Amino acid sequence: MPRLYDIAHARAGDKGDTSSVAVFAYDPKDYPAIKSALTPERVKAAFPELIRGEVVRYDLDHLHAVNLVMRSSLEGGVNTSLNLDSHGKSWSFLILGLEV
Amino acid sequence: MLRIGCGAGFSADRLGPACDLVEKGRLDFIIFECVGERTLAFGHRDRRANPKKGYNAQLEARMRKILPLCRAHGTRLVTNMGVANPKAAAEATIALARSLGLAGLRVAYIEGDEVTDILGPDTPLWEGGTLAEVGLPLAGANAYLGSDALLPALEAGADVVIAGRVADPALVVAPLRHHYGWTEDDWEKLGAGTVAGHLLECGMQITGGYFADPGRKDVPRLAQCGFPIAEIGEGGDFVITKLDEAGGMVTSRTVKEQLLYEVHDPSSYFTPDVVADFSGVAVEEVGPDRIRLSGGTGRERPRDLKVTVGFDGGYLAEAGISYAGPNAVARAGLARDVLDERLSDILGNDAKLRLDLIGVSSLHGTATEYPSDSQDIRVRAAMRSTDREKAEQVLWEVESLLCCGPAGGGGYRGAITPSVVTYSASIGRDRVSPRFEILEA
Repeated sequence: MPRLYDIAHARAGDKGDTSSVAVFAYDPKDYPAIKSALTPERVKAAFPELIRGEVVRYDLDHLHAVNLVMRSSLEGGVNTSLNLDSHGKSWSFLILGLEV
Repeated sequence: MLRIGCGAGFSADRLGPACDLVEKGRLDFIIFECVGERTLAFGHRDRRANPKKGYNAQLEARMRKILPLCRAHGTRLVTNMGVANPKAAAEATIALARSLGLAGLRVAYIEGDEVTDILGPDTPLWEGGTLAEVGLPLAGANAYLGSDALLPALEAGADVVIAGRVADPALVVAPLRHHYGWTEDDWEKLGAGTVAGHLLECGMQITGGYFADPGRKDVPRLAQCGFPIAEIGEGGDFVITKLDEAGGMVTSRTVKEQLLYEVHDPSSYFTPDVVADFSGVAVEEVGPDRIRLSGGTGRERPRDLKVTVGFDGGYLAEAGISYAGPNAVARAGLARDVLDERLSDILGNDAKLRLDLIGVSSLHGTATEYPSDSQDIRVRAAMRSTDREKAEQVLWEVESLLCCGPAGGGGYRGAITPSVVTYSASIGRDRVSPRFEILEA
């Protein structure tokens, strides 16, 4: 199965315990596949131990991008997380590892 | 056209490329964005320990190199390097300017963001509960100021403006309002200017930093990456570029990644100046390393200001030991099991302890498992506690594995660092009074 990594690039950011990962199509023709692969339900179900809250997706069709906002998904965030990556900087590659 | 460069996107950012930008970038302004929520809480701790401190630790090192260049090239500097003590930061800058012979340099500092004494114990927190219910010692609380806090200092002719907690994009919006005379209710232009500020404020994250992925997203000369420049027009549209000779790159991809960085709803990006709307921003390549952005807009600013409330959070204990060669994964796994058993006995089962196998499963360990046959694994233990003795216990147990653990364990390191905890709250604008003073070298 192809992974999102093969057709998309991504960047992760954090605010408190909320992670946001924006995912971009390298080629606009792959954008519909990204949208079907990254439904909020699918993203939340893929990482049930990590994502404890709601997942909301914002689409920027003209940029061939989706922005995933995942609440309670940073193990407490920089305040309390014991993860080495308490900001979830590497969450972009967690998402890109999903199959399309 | 106003040319604004960004010389720092976080507290510990590089200095050399910022000097290059002032020297060769023909800048009107350079901004240094150096404050995060946690930096601010640590700033309060520093100031409490020494009333002359609490500002950015690299302030003097930066100013020593940058101020003479700014004077030579007519570039004005706007920064939040004052962190929790803008006055002390300005005084240190003036002392430095005098020692550098920069007579007449005008350095403004902005105060009024600190609201520690204004908030009561019953103040509700966005995360739930009240300030008192956090149950930790308060380090300090600061409201996010907007461009209207910086603008009077620029209008008064300051060469250097040093603030504490201002919203990051305001470092760019204030010079734009000063130069173009945008009014405080010109929401569309303030929104467009906020897009420019948002794209500049993280420094190299738009010129190739936080981007490279070898073979997929290659970045030329990443080690020599340059900071960004924005050329901003009167209507708020702008071009992002960099110095020709600097490494890195500005492409539609680097720009798009940064446009959405730490944004939630792109149509509603809240700042003290405006609710900016990024959702219709167009990204267009207009030349090599030149990306034009247009279509940013905004609507009326929020009624209240956001406040960051910082608390002392006790200690973070972290320790590690490594295993390599045949069967390393199993030996590291055994070490982890030993730590789990012994630290649970010592600290109790409710201790917030985390044990990772770096090289097998760490960063993504909670989310997923990756198959690994690595032969170079590090065991990591981490715990937070307000009890220093318990923090020391974690280090001691990991170190004891050198003699008492599985075969071939080496490379023990351990550290206990102070921890801070931050929450968010709201405050009415009428309860916050920004003010400025100008000092002259």
